Amino acid sequence: MSATIAAAGLPLPTAAGENSHFPPTPEDFWQPLFKMFEIGGQAYYFTRPMALLLIAAIALSVWLLVTTRKAAIVPSKGQWLTEKVYDFARNDIARDMIGSRDFMRFVPFLFALFVFILLNNLFGIIPPFQNPTMARVAFPIALTLVVYVVYHWIGFKKHGAVGYFKFMLPSGLPGWIKPFILLLEMITFFITRPLTLALRLFGNMFAGHMLLVVFIVGGWVMFESGFLLTAFEGLIQFLQAYVFVLLAASYIGGALVDEH
Amino acid sequence: MTGDITLIGYGLATIGPAIAVGLIFAAYINGVARQPEAGNLLRPIAILGFALAEALAIFGLVLFFLAFFTG
Repeated sequence: MSATIAAAGLPLPTAAGENSHFPPTPEDFWQPLFKMFEIGGQAYYFTRPMALLLIAAIALSVWLLVTTRKAAIVPSKGQWLTEKVYDFARNDIARDMIGSRDFMRFVPFLFALFVFILLNNLFGIIPPFQNPTMARVAFPIALTLVVYVVYHWIGFKKHGAVGYFKFMLPSGLPGWIKPFILLLEMITFFITRPLTLALRLFGNMFAGHMLLVVFIVGGWVMFESGFLLTAFEGLIQFLQAYVFVLLAASYIGGALVDEH
Repeated sequence: MTGDITLIGYGLATIGPAIAVGLIFAAYINGVARQPEAGNLLRPIAILGFALAEALAIFGLVLFFLAFFTG
């Protein structure tokens, strides 16, 4: 953690009250590494979360390639772990939420989403990285955009353009209330769902990491609680990756059901 | 002492979702205690409910940021 603070240009506090930078602010999450290019006077930087994103993508590719290249019926330890994670994404997330008829199509997408978010979240407590990528709001928004396009696309494909809006309406409503319910449902489908999906991941990672910084920078009295909080944060990070993929699967499953 | 009242507002606003999340997991634990084999069936439902209740706290966080940095 001290590396994080040093990287952010913050002095470590020596005693209470001497450090004007305490408590941490959202600006501490802005950690540019080097300038990439400049367009029209606006400089674009390569930041630390971007580096972590690349590391995560490479690490996951290597891990999956190495453990599945020599796949055997009696698995090695590495293959066993990969299979457990895959089973979790396949059975406990995709099949439970989408239903056993057409969940297989979405398993690669959901599995990739799950391991990617999980590793990026865990970077928040893994020592050399110690910065959850998703604590910058642009990254969860990009992931949510993919989910958003997927579940609307399959909804349109299954029900047709008009049918999709009809499908949003629960059946058996009296006629005069239908426009209001349709409006509410459209707000849910097009605004609330992606908003909460992106902001939940961002908010949890951001607030959790800030909490860790508060507790560990204030560590001259709170070291033990800092340790406990780190363990707790690990749990939250796993849970948020799970929740994100669970909700993505439930939106996909919701767009695929036949009729209300 | 200086500070911003929106912080206290957001702190108060989290009470609602906190109670909601507590109730959801209380019901989940109750269900599993009564019928342990239903645990796997209940878990995604509980997590889903938890995520939806938590969304309100997240909205609160967004409003806090809006109020904090613009107002």
